[in-house]
Amino acid sequence: MREFRYEKAADPAGAVALLAGAPEGAYLGGGTNLVDLMRLGVATPDVLVDVRTLTSDLVEELPDGGLRIGAAVPNADLAADLRVRQRFPLLAQALLAGASGQLRNRATTGGNLLQRTRCTYFTDVTQPCNKRAPGSGCGAVTGLHRNHAVLGATDEGPGSPHTCVATHPSDLAVALRALDAEVRVLGPGGERTVPMADLHRLPGEDPSRDTTLAHGELITAIDVPGLPWAVRSRYRKVRDRASYAFALVSVAAAMDLDGSTVRDVRIALGGMAHAPWRATVAEDALRGGPATEEAFAAAAEAELAAARPLPDNAFKVPMATSTLVRTLLQISAEARA
Amino acid sequence: MTTIERSVGAGVRRLDGPDKVRGRAPYAYEHELDAQAVFVAIVQSPVARGRITAIDGSGAQAVPGVLAVLTHVDAPRLGEVVEELRVLQSDAVQYAGQPVAVVVAETSEVARDAVGRVRVEYESGDPDVVLSADRDDLYAPEKLMAGFETDSVIGDVDAALAEAPVSVDVVYETPNQHNNPIEMHATVARWDGDVLRMWDANQGPHNLVPVITEAFGITEDQLHITSPYVGGAFGSKAFTHVHQLLAIMAAKVTGRTAKLELTRQQMFSLVGHRTPTIQRLRLGARPDGTLTAISHEVVEHTSQNAEFAEQTATATRLMYAAPARRTTHRLARLDVPAPTIMRAPGEAPGMYALESAMDELAAALGMDPVQLRLRNEPDRDPERDVPWSTRNLVACLTEGAERFGWAGRDHRPGVREEGRWLVGTGVAAATYPTRRRPSQARIEAVPGKPFVVSIDASDIGTGAWTTLTQIAADALRVPMDQVVLRIGDSRLPKASGAGGSTGITSWGPAVVDAAEQLRDRDVPAGGLTVTGSSGPGDEAEQLSSHAFGAHFAEVRVDRDTGEVRVPRMTGVFAAGRIINPVTARSQFLGGMTMGLSMALHEEAVLDTRRGHYANHDLAEYHIAANADVGEVDIAWVDEVDEAHNPLGAKGIGEIGIVGSAAAIGNAYWHATGRRVRDLPITPDKWFR
Amino acid sequence: MDQQITLQVDGARSALTVDTRTSLLDALRERLGTTSAKKGCDHGQCGACTVLLDGRRVNSCLVLAVTAEDAEVTTSDGLAADGPHALHEAFVDHDAYQCGYCTPGQITSAAGVLAEAAQGWPSAVTEDLAAERTELTDAEIRERMSGNLCRCAAYANIVPAVAEVAAAQGVRA
Repeated sequence: MREFRYEKAADPAGAVALLAGAPEGAYLGGGTNLVDLMRLGVATPDVLVDVRTLTSDLVEELPDGGLRIGAAVPNADLAADLRVRQRFPLLAQALLAGASGQLRNRATTGGNLLQRTRCTYFTDVTQPCNKRAPGSGCGAVTGLHRNHAVLGATDEGPGSPHTCVATHPSDLAVALRALDAEVRVLGPGGERTVPMADLHRLPGEDPSRDTTLAHGELITAIDVPGLPWAVRSRYRKVRDRASYAFALVSVAAAMDLDGSTVRDVRIALGGMAHAPWRATVAEDALRGGPATEEAFAAAAEAELAAARPLPDNAFKVPMATSTLVRTLLQISAEARA
Repeated sequence: MTTIERSVGAGVRRLDGPDKVRGRAPYAYEHELDAQAVFVAIVQSPVARGRITAIDGSGAQAVPGVLAVLTHVDAPRLGEVVEELRVLQSDAVQYAGQPVAVVVAETSEVARDAVGRVRVEYESGDPDVVLSADRDDLYAPEKLMAGFETDSVIGDVDAALAEAPVSVDVVYETPNQHNNPIEMHATVARWDGDVLRMWDANQGPHNLVPVITEAFGITEDQLHITSPYVGGAFGSKAFTHVHQLLAIMAAKVTGRTAKLELTRQQMFSLVGHRTPTIQRLRLGARPDGTLTAISHEVVEHTSQNAEFAEQTATATRLMYAAPARRTTHRLARLDVPAPTIMRAPGEAPGMYALESAMDELAAALGMDPVQLRLRNEPDRDPERDVPWSTRNLVACLTEGAERFGWAGRDHRPGVREEGRWLVGTGVAAATYPTRRRPSQARIEAVPGKPFVVSIDASDIGTGAWTTLTQIAADALRVPMDQVVLRIGDSRLPKASGAGGSTGITSWGPAVVDAAEQLRDRDVPAGGLTVTGSSGPGDEAEQLSSHAFGAHFAEVRVDRDTGEVRVPRMTGVFAAGRIINPVTARSQFLGGMTMGLSMALHEEAVLDTRRGHYANHDLAEYHIAANADVGEVDIAWVDEVDEAHNPLGAKGIGEIGIVGSAAAIGNAYWHATGRRVRDLPITPDKWFR
Repeated sequence: MDQQITLQVDGARSALTVDTRTSLLDALRERLGTTSAKKGCDHGQCGACTVLLDGRRVNSCLVLAVTAEDAEVTTSDGLAADGPHALHEAFVDHDAYQCGYCTPGQITSAAGVLAEAAQGWPSAVTEDLAAERTELTDAEIRERMSGNLCRCAAYANIVPAVAEVAAAQGVRA
């Protein structure tokens, strides 16, 4: 781990000012991913600005029935919040499916969104990785990629500086993506709001950047807009172990039914791409149509038609398809009950 | 007259329990806390084959707090040690992760940071790490581990297979697996003049003595290794590995107490692994299930710097009767770290394959797989043609079937559903050899004081602290509180290491022998010290001695996601006299669960281009977590086998893992109708 | 970069010098000589280092010591300040360990599980997320204790050990 200076600020603006003057610095939230990456030599900040207790650790009501989640709210506390459990079951389920009780106690809401990929080439500084060491190539496309992206990845071969097939590891982000959450950010230039749709990016030609945030921008809160029909929603995570493992595939879904017709639907997929993947093709296919297994399957297949799997992760396409179909069937069965 | 209740057989709670639960039992790295120690960090090669062409430690040396950087150029020269231990002795690189330098510093933070500042250049070639049965360089080793013959052939196997009315011909693959005890290997070393003092995580301090004395040119008297508590091992801590030599070098160069704790990532390259296997099983049978031929051909890997020939098919030599039989073992020498022993080396992967093939044969015959095994029970060892000392597989199978509720099972696969779950059950048999190794024990008697029983045994979680005290108490005819046990120290009487399920069968008799020398003797006021010993006799030649067992498992497979759950398992064992039912049950439980982990989770993936283990941490190399384990029912049959030791014990550390993966794999087939022949059975394989 | 800090561990305050890079775990083990919490992976992947930080279970390997300045740290040993904790006794009774290395982390984690259940926190296997009361069934204990790996695989003994204490504390029928 590289040597660093540890700094505290009086308030968020002070933290932003500190980091603005430290081009190689970083914010420290719960540290559950950053300290891990620093110990591996993957993250090498020279200044750490502790923001764990700077931003809000409260979950507050929004006028539309939504919730404003302070960036410092620990994952465990957010999952335990009765309003989250009752209004947004998929959000509580996503949080509870992530990591372990210990990690959820320490990890913050803001930090969770900024987790970095668990690709083993990214976390091993002796291996090529365009995300960690731009231009070094990609070890995963010819190596271990069983749990890598099948949607929206860049694969121009192992030697290309663009290639990246990493996935985003957060469960919470997938649920927030389905809920059209907005991320409130404080930066040197002031406050701005970033829709979840715009927060995480696909690798494109620059896999080194996970998000659209600029250096020094600090997440202060996440707004989850009200969505009454999210009471019937689910987060289904498929993983190698029964617990304490990253997703192979996950589905966040909410559905609003009018009798047997899909009035509206939200679907996001995890474990499939460099960013939480909003399944807009499937949503469009379903909206206004029948809530039947055939329709769900057709929508899932339409969404996954864009998949470009590698040899060892092709299973994710049928796995995501059947998991999505089952999740929608469960929600519609609940709605009818 | 006082009667002393027998301690052996009683469910005594672990004597080391109160310290362990509070975290007060000191493990290797937790010694010498006030020693002003220096910390050692290892620089590893990312290259799997080649040569160091340039190495420069000056950048690391310049970091404040760094005391020394050792490379192959300037590290202390080692005496005659086997090739895999010649660390920092030459510029050759033989596997990814090989140590090429160490940094010694005042703090662990500084040492670890400075690792990245050692500049190394390599001349490298493409690594050769892919095991295949089609390789043209497979070779037959002279002998297998533990002295087993490489091949065995009886009768005309090919003819018998060709003539068999019913047969199976299937290939099973098991992957690289890593022991991964939760305590990472650690060594604390200090030179007190010309005496080397070590606190080390190992499976028997005496196991290390020959290598370390030879490597550093010292006598046994100049070496003192202490290891009272060991945080799991499963084989990886049985032998000396390079990190111990590096810590000793660091202590020598700095003149300080040197502490070296491997990182979890380093546990994948520096302390061995279980070889992957490719196993072709061919079974021939008559329509009534009587086996006519058994053929088990194994391909496995070893490393450039060591020949490790695992005895994968040796259990097949004794499991079932059949007139024609063959086992073979072939090795590929690859650019990988040296393999080592991992819980039931040989039997765990080998019996997975045999017991899966037996299940496939039962299906081909339309027969109950329990009945198929009962049908082929041999009355003597079928290859060695000697009697069993005891063999109670039949009792294990029948009692296990009873406990599990096997009767009435519909043997058809893929026909049971509960909601989205496909449900099935499976069975497999287990066996593990019984043997004993030479050991000595000392007892000091002083009137009015507890007996002090000393033996360089080690407790790696087996319960030896407790069971040896029970054995000593009974042999001395005193209550347990009249015995003080000392283990885990190379200055205590020499004993075999904890491995091969031989702890109790080797150490127990030595303690009993010492106690018997004290019996009927008056202890003088000044005290009396006796030494007992025990070792193998000719029983190993005259008898075939093994523990046996039967596993039953229920498996559920989610038809939408391919997720596999094991809500219940039953294991019944015939493993000789059980010294302590509480700790014994835990041993069986741990083995069965590690078998579940082998069945569903464990696989270290070698990157074929770079040659390293790509998933080298506990987030990516999965071992079973609490939520993966359901109800586990464990029982044993009454058995006392005194052929090998007066305790009548057989050893129980390994048999729990043997066969449990097969029972789960067989249940998966019964649930789904699909046979996964390459472990682990992860959800992706449902979508093939 | 060295920094002076004060840590409150198992009821005792200690002033010590740490590197800003020093984890809470290493501060305990290498600088204070308090070795109850164990290192099994150093990356939050095994749970052996679990301590209670202001009463909440966390992986001490991922907490920088400099951030724990004002917090109260409790290890398994610290739970025994007034004699063995009920979890200590239950683990011994149920033989809920073998090598003992992951055990102090299992016990602090279990203490955290009991406290979380008392507050009505749900888990990934909780059927009714909206329920305000938590019932620590076997399935709940298995899920909630899954952040603590045990290679000796004492899981099937850990569950009844935790269940026994949960019942005594009223979070299990």
